[in-house]
Amino acid sequence: MTSDVPETGAGATTPAAQADAMPKPEDKTDAKPAAPKPTPEQRLAALLAAYRPLDGVADELMDARGTIRPVWRPFLNELSQLTPDELTHATARGSQYLRDAGVFFRHYGPDSEEERDWPLAHLPLLIDSGEWSQIAAGLVERADLLERIMADLYGPGALVKQGLIPADLLTANPEWLRPLVGIRPRSGHFLHMMAFDIGRGPDGKWWVLDDRTQAPSGAGFALETRMATSRSFPGIMARSNVLRLAGFFRAFRDALLALRSDGDSRVTILTPGPMTDTYYEHAYIARYLGFLLVQGEDLVVRDGRLMVHTVGGLQPISVLWRRLDSGWLDPLELRENSQIGTPGLLGALRSGQLTMINAPGSGVLETRALMAFIPRIARKWLGRDLSLPNIATWWCGAASARAYVKANAARMTIDSALSTNLPFDHGPEVVIAGRHPDGRPLDAGYIDTMAERLAAQEIVSLSTAPALVDGRLEARPMSLRVILGRTAQGWQVMPGGFARIGHSATSADISMQRGGAVSDVWVVAPVTPPEDTLLATVTPHHNMAQFAALPVRAADNLFWLGRYTERAQQKIRLLRAYHLRLAENGLADLPLTGHLSEALSIMGVDTAETMPEGLMADLRSAINGAGRIRDRFSTDGWNALTDLQRTAAKIGPRLQPGDDCARAMSVLLRKVSGFSGLVHENMYHATGWRFLSLGRAIERAWATTNMLATFTDPDAPEGALDIAIEAGDAIMIHRLRFPSVISRDTVLDLLLLDEANPRSVLSQLGDILGHLDWLDKLCPQSGPMTSLRREVLRLQTALTIAEAAEITPERLSEISDATASFSGLLADSYLR
Amino acid sequence: MIYAIRLRISYAYERPADVGRHVLRLLPLTLPGLQIVHESRLSFQPRPSEVINRRDFFGNECTEIAYIDRQLTTEFEMRARVERLEKPRSLDVSPRRSDFVAEMAGAASLSPHAPHQFLWASPRVPRHAGIADWAAEQARSCETAFATAEAISLALHRDMTFDAEATLVDTPIAEAFALRRGVCQDFTHIAICALRSLGIPAGYVSGFLRTLPPKGQARLEGADAMHAWVRAWCGNDMGWVEFDPTNAMLAGSDHVVIAYGRDYFDVSPVKGALRIAGGRSTKQAVDMVEED
Repeated sequence: MTSDVPETGAGATTPAAQADAMPKPEDKTDAKPAAPKPTPEQRLAALLAAYRPLDGVADELMDARGTIRPVWRPFLNELSQLTPDELTHATARGSQYLRDAGVFFRHYGPDSEEERDWPLAHLPLLIDSGEWSQIAAGLVERADLLERIMADLYGPGALVKQGLIPADLLTANPEWLRPLVGIRPRSGHFLHMMAFDIGRGPDGKWWVLDDRTQAPSGAGFALETRMATSRSFPGIMARSNVLRLAGFFRAFRDALLALRSDGDSRVTILTPGPMTDTYYEHAYIARYLGFLLVQGEDLVVRDGRLMVHTVGGLQPISVLWRRLDSGWLDPLELRENSQIGTPGLLGALRSGQLTMINAPGSGVLETRALMAFIPRIARKWLGRDLSLPNIATWWCGAASARAYVKANAARMTIDSALSTNLPFDHGPEVVIAGRHPDGRPLDAGYIDTMAERLAAQEIVSLSTAPALVDGRLEARPMSLRVILGRTAQGWQVMPGGFARIGHSATSADISMQRGGAVSDVWVVAPVTPPEDTLLATVTPHHNMAQFAALPVRAADNLFWLGRYTERAQQKIRLLRAYHLRLAENGLADLPLTGHLSEALSIMGVDTAETMPEGLMADLRSAINGAGRIRDRFSTDGWNALTDLQRTAAKIGPRLQPGDDCARAMSVLLRKVSGFSGLVHENMYHATGWRFLSLGRAIERAWATTNMLATFTDPDAPEGALDIAIEAGDAIMIHRLRFPSVISRDTVLDLLLLDEANPRSVLSQLGDILGHLDWLDKLCPQSGPMTSLRREVLRLQTALTIAEAAEITPERLSEISDATASFSGLLADSYLR
Repeated sequence: MIYAIRLRISYAYERPADVGRHVLRLLPLTLPGLQIVHESRLSFQPRPSEVINRRDFFGNECTEIAYIDRQLTTEFEMRARVERLEKPRSLDVSPRRSDFVAEMAGAASLSPHAPHQFLWASPRVPRHAGIADWAAEQARSCETAFATAEAISLALHRDMTFDAEATLVDTPIAEAFALRRGVCQDFTHIAICALRSLGIPAGYVSGFLRTLPPKGQARLEGADAMHAWVRAWCGNDMGWVEFDPTNAMLAGSDHVVIAYGRDYFDVSPVKGALRIAGGRSTKQAVDMVEED
């Protein structure tokens, strides 16, 4: 569908991927030709053998009489023709895609958090496009109403004056943000992206379970779920007239681009950072739409304009898509302790120079108790009921509502009125079907005491949809997440989204945090929809300003990623040399092994450990750095890096010193070189790659100098020069250039002064200068001659004219000091 | 009564600090019938790169300033001439507490000084069961909202000890209440919490209090301080009434108002985002002199 999603995993050309494209059961070798082949009807019956819609609950697959709904028929017919093996392969391809693409969400448990694979349910959920149009129209109507409510709550406040919303629902509400009252959005609208969770009730009608207006997530996950499902069932999907998602993204991207005040600035996505549950999606959407991903610390406000700190200096931003809850945006006016916000951000809104997607304060619309008043507002303002109502809700602040809730608690959940959680994410005090969490029947006094702090909602038995369990279909409760984006033509509804599928027959278990899974949603049209890709309309613009827009934080992380991977590589080489020597003579206390051990110990590596913590720490630092800039390099690169660390952690405990360790280090060396190769071969040679390469070159220049100082020291033991050649990865070249001898001079010549050797110090200096040429073109503010350039040039000149024989140990120590200063000078010029 | 007021707040940093952006709420308010600001001026040392004057949600005067370069010191100075008008103590015509729900219903609005804004937990004043119990005890024999508010104010003065060493600006109210010690900010926050627990909307007032030197002694320059007190909503007829629990009095002609809010969060005189490595020292001096 889109080619800027990394093409990894099983491609459509592998035999497995085509298995479902042309089902040919007759080609299968069958050891027992006597057994009759099942007919298509028998296969379908087998697939559905365990499928039992529940009484009193609607089902997506079957109508009340147990007949398969027309929209599902072609899909089920094809699905049932797959052999168990083919079906297993199909689901494995989907999961493999998500693993390769690195799709995860962060799971928060009571004590810990971890990255979890996106829980793909494999089977899509099918909806007829005619029914979808009705859902879409209903949600657009609702989104328009919510926009009007928002405008009133942050404007005239007529809803409260007219008694349509109780004042206390806002004045007690931490999401109603007083500093935003009176600020009109520059775009003319408060809401630009929304999501709704909807479910189908027993009567077959759709209900809105909640409104997501704060910083709705799901658009990126929907896209990845679609990609994964299309890997599972490429052929079936191609024949199923499924509406495409790309048009929605293109329209929304263009709408955001059009909101900019000037054509040069980037639309920017503000993320709380890698520790957020949906960070993957922030990075993914930024990459997919070509937007800039930043964190609060990247931003600063100057004279009412929002600016981003880039390596090319401060650059203005006029459209900010925030994935940060409102309260954290600006420590000056909102939460004082927010470390992830930007002081003055609200001032930029007030000065009319910034559009925020969505306007801060929009979280108030997610307030659970607000749903109790929306039907009344609709009747008052629109003169009719909404075509897609929300589930019945009562706010216990009113005496009449309290009485009603007490009498009808058996069919309600009673939870915090101001909660903005999803309806199936309950608070600790929730009363479900008239029972407190400890099983006690509802205490009526609790309702009276808590009163305005409670809202009750009718329990809806969600419809069921098919889930694939052990090769057969089972009916599981489901809800849909539908995503809307505002364009110049009004709200557009993404034709798809994703469905939550419960992991048991209980409606309450559709929460992902409680083991629910996620299905792609196929909106099935009667005719084949036109091909549509996002890339078709991307206009390439490679101006220098674009390249210079690398946030300083990202540049810094890339630089250190380059340094840490190079540092790890250096340590691995020396460890391998150590263990090889150990294997040769079996002794750890010979002069040479002792010398190596000491050199490594200066680098923080204890050779008594088979997988030294000093090496693991570098790998962890590299991954940490990479994790903060996942939008900047390929998922293959990320996978290579995590694989490296996983391998090291896995094999570490079992290793024996000597030969075993040496072999293990060779494995790690191959993997770390694999990572470097991926990055340097495949990464676009723009500013980010320059910083990564600068990290590598500066680290390599410094580490090589230190290594030479250690192993060409006149007092170093016999064999030290060989280690230098080994650690410098120059055995072959040395043999080529100096066939018969190895001496201190030949080693220094090759690893310090030989510009043609890509691992020599002099060659690093050339690389550094090349990168500085690029940066200085982007960053005129750094001046014609930065102190970094001066220092590198000075050293380069000296080494170019130097002879190996002149390089004394003292001189090596001076060179080491000079290279050690590069990092700080780089930061002074570009990373402030 | 006309006062000449001068406030100086200065910061000195051990190392040049990224002072960044601040919001200052230091300028007195004009309050029809109560307080007239004849003149007020805020100045800064060194000069900020940006100065923005605006009003916040509650109508308080805010000055937002920003520095680009690092600084070793910053100093803010406010000078004002403010006339405070005498207002006789009014009769208690506030509704009975039992009628308060109905009284509030008639005032439902989102406007900045609507009582509904001041009834619920706010950033620095969470609900507190211990304070609620204490408040219920003090208010047992009070029938009206006004009588209740006054009783709470006096009881706080009786039960709390003024102690400038016991608490800091960010000490939670639970701690100050447990100690029964604190400064005007603690007295005010506990009063707010107590009144809200009784269903009476209550807010924070920041300002200045004229202090008189002990008899026979000269006034020490800069010895006055910024002050805080509470205001309680006493029904539609009486409206907001200001009590000073630290001094067991109604706020009157010795009090000059700077800002109103739900609690200290809304009115803090200097709110800023600051990045410093190393220490910082702060000095504050207030002079409030009655003009002849």
